[in-house]
Amino acid sequence: MNNLLVLIPVALFLGGIALAAFLWSLKSGQYDDLDGASERLLNDDDTMPK
Amino acid sequence: MSCCAPGTGGILLDAPSRDEILLASRSVGEAKYQTFLSVAGVHCGACIATIEKTLSGLPGIEEPRVNLSTKRVSVRWDERFNPSEIFVALARIGYPATLIDLDADQPDPILSELIRALAISAFAAGNIMLLSVSVWAGAEAATRDLFHWVSALIAIPALVFAGRIFFRSAWGALRHGRMNMDVPISLGVSLAFGMSVYETATHGEHAYFDAAATLLFFLLIGRTLDHVMREKARTAVRGLVRLSARGANVRRPDNTLAFLPVSEIMPGMMMVLAAGERVPVDCVVTSGSSEIDASLATGESAPVAVTAGHRLVAGTLNLNGALEIQATAVAGESFLAEMVRMMEAAESGRTGYRRIADRAASLYSPMVHLTALLTFVGWMWVGGDVHTSLTIAIAVLIITCPCALGLAVPIVQVMAAQRLFSYGIMVKDGAALERLAEVDTVLFDKTGTLTLGKPTVSNLNDIPDEARSIAAAIAAFSRHPVSQAIVAAGPDDGQFRLETPPVEYPGLGLEAKIGTDIYRLGRAEWAVPKAGTANRYTSLSRNGSLLAQFQSRDQPRPGAAAAVRYLKQAVRNVRVLSGDAEAPVAAVATACGISEFSYQMLPGEKVSAIQEYARHGHAVLMIGDGLNDMPAFSAAHVSMATATAADVGRNAADFVMLHQSLDALPVAHRVALKSARLIRENFALAIGYNMLAVPVAVLGYVTPLVAAIAMSLSSIIVVANSMRLLEPKHAAKATKASDGAALSPGLVQ
Repeated sequence: MNNLLVLIPVALFLGGIALAAFLWSLKSGQYDDLDGASERLLNDDDTMPK
Repeated sequence: MSCCAPGTGGILLDAPSRDEILLASRSVGEAKYQTFLSVAGVHCGACIATIEKTLSGLPGIEEPRVNLSTKRVSVRWDERFNPSEIFVALARIGYPATLIDLDADQPDPILSELIRALAISAFAAGNIMLLSVSVWAGAEAATRDLFHWVSALIAIPALVFAGRIFFRSAWGALRHGRMNMDVPISLGVSLAFGMSVYETATHGEHAYFDAAATLLFFLLIGRTLDHVMREKARTAVRGLVRLSARGANVRRPDNTLAFLPVSEIMPGMMMVLAAGERVPVDCVVTSGSSEIDASLATGESAPVAVTAGHRLVAGTLNLNGALEIQATAVAGESFLAEMVRMMEAAESGRTGYRRIADRAASLYSPMVHLTALLTFVGWMWVGGDVHTSLTIAIAVLIITCPCALGLAVPIVQVMAAQRLFSYGIMVKDGAALERLAEVDTVLFDKTGTLTLGKPTVSNLNDIPDEARSIAAAIAAFSRHPVSQAIVAAGPDDGQFRLETPPVEYPGLGLEAKIGTDIYRLGRAEWAVPKAGTANRYTSLSRNGSLLAQFQSRDQPRPGAAAAVRYLKQAVRNVRVLSGDAEAPVAAVATACGISEFSYQMLPGEKVSAIQEYARHGHAVLMIGDGLNDMPAFSAAHVSMATATAADVGRNAADFVMLHQSLDALPVAHRVALKSARLIRENFALAIGYNMLAVPVAVLGYVTPLVAAIAMSLSSIIVVANSMRLLEPKHAAKATKASDGAALSPGLVQ
């Protein structure tokens, strides 16, 4: 029972991190151009998108 | 033509002026502006690299960024820089761009709400499910209670945040006395949640938090896909060429010119309209002469010559001479606005249509709710206590919650839209697909629909190469449709270059000086004065003697005859409604194999013809292009616009073809029929599942474990069935590679 008191918050915390990461990626425009991202991989010049 | 080098076309570039660009730009501080362009020609990584490199090379340009999904480029530019250069540079490398409005680029608030709700319900469903597994595995009472409390804590925010989308919609339907799928969903979810909280508080054994959260998650997937599909279509349509002017050069009383937005132009104002500009509001010509491309208003592509005193309609294009015009109406009362009003009036014919899902819901919901009620009464009657009876009744509601039903329609329609998109057809919304499957009458417009709507040179073989290249070089300086046809017919190699640009005489033609020779390209009696009236084709002459004649004709759209053949078998009634004169309509109709046609029809007459069909119980598909077809679009059961359609027409149509060929038509009809069948199958599957599950629930054997398994399973089956609409991947690739010009044999035959 005592293990559970530790493990449940840990599990929820980890899940929460994943949720937060997803919401952040959504907000920062990671999904704005899904087709372009896969093509840009093949571009040779190493300039970073700003 | 290789994938990444679309032809550059003529030398003429319709770059918007600096003022026009400014009106569509956002200031980003420090004398910098941000502008969004639509570039339809982007389709691969090399295109992205070329465009970004070219634009970075221009002085005063920062952060050019291509978005391949939306086919847009965003750029920031310095105040000291002339932004028209961006358009010139893009056109030079073969990517003609168009300016898009600022408001078109706002993020979509509904989509972000849906995705956020989806993320939160996924988190909740996953974590509650983990806790539930240990409860099902037989956790001891104290642990079970703890897990139930934790589940409740996770479920509350999920229910509030993700559930409100359904609650809102259900409330909206109930308030108007209607029934939709969201009513049983909302009821099921909130009852499941309420009962689970009560069970948890009284240390009960069964809590349905997992069912409530999973249900929300599955349903939100369907909801989000549905929204993404519609949004994609809207973006693609908005990104295409815009046909109304943003503003005009107004002549002030002190004789200076000022560029004013259309909304500020008042009747009586004098304006200057240069060649290549669109007429901003309805107006009358006060001086100057030119030719006008009025295809937007009339659907006919032959230019109209205008001089002082002629009335011009907003949205038409000034082809070749500068005009002084005086506004006669404000933007809101112009021709365009009048068309929109006619459309709204005609729309009433379609409001009677109810989506399949809503029709199903109005049958399904009362039945489900009645079953739950009867279960409760039945258990009370056989001597159960209130708690047991209530628990079992709620279990019935949970198990019948239309999870599979909620997915049955959107999943199929999303798959269908995906499939159609790969053939170059945009679908506005799912209901359009349902309506297309019901069509039994197809009405075509002529110019721009059955034909390409622009002339092409038809006697290429009779013209000497030298004449072809000289004519192409001269014609490249004109916007006249015949000139554009001559440019398109010009030789691909060894472009003839002119040292000085030719002079354009409105209504007559172009005159160019090459060396000591005077070349004229245009009306025969002007180019070759001696020839008399025997010659009536566009002629090229050197010092007054004839070099070549160019016969131009409006060609039938590729695939028109094949599409008509298919439609005659599949839907029977096919007819042409045209605003053109009898002879040309008859010629085109016969060439395409259509025997019934009506000619010289005004927009209002097209509407009444369609309403006549509707009165006799026919479902009409209207296919057209011009603004004049817009009211007909709204009156028809379902409508389709061709690739060259005016943007307002595209917005009014349910389907928009993105390619030139009419081959898209049979494909769209076939996909609509197939998705209608799949939707029926999905409903059958979902209802069949209910017939199995409901007796189990009524008898009181449903535990949270059974509910979770049954619900997920039925959803998966429905999704798997819908997947059958997608074709194998390699076939889709092959079709895409040919750019929709040819279709995979399996579909055409």
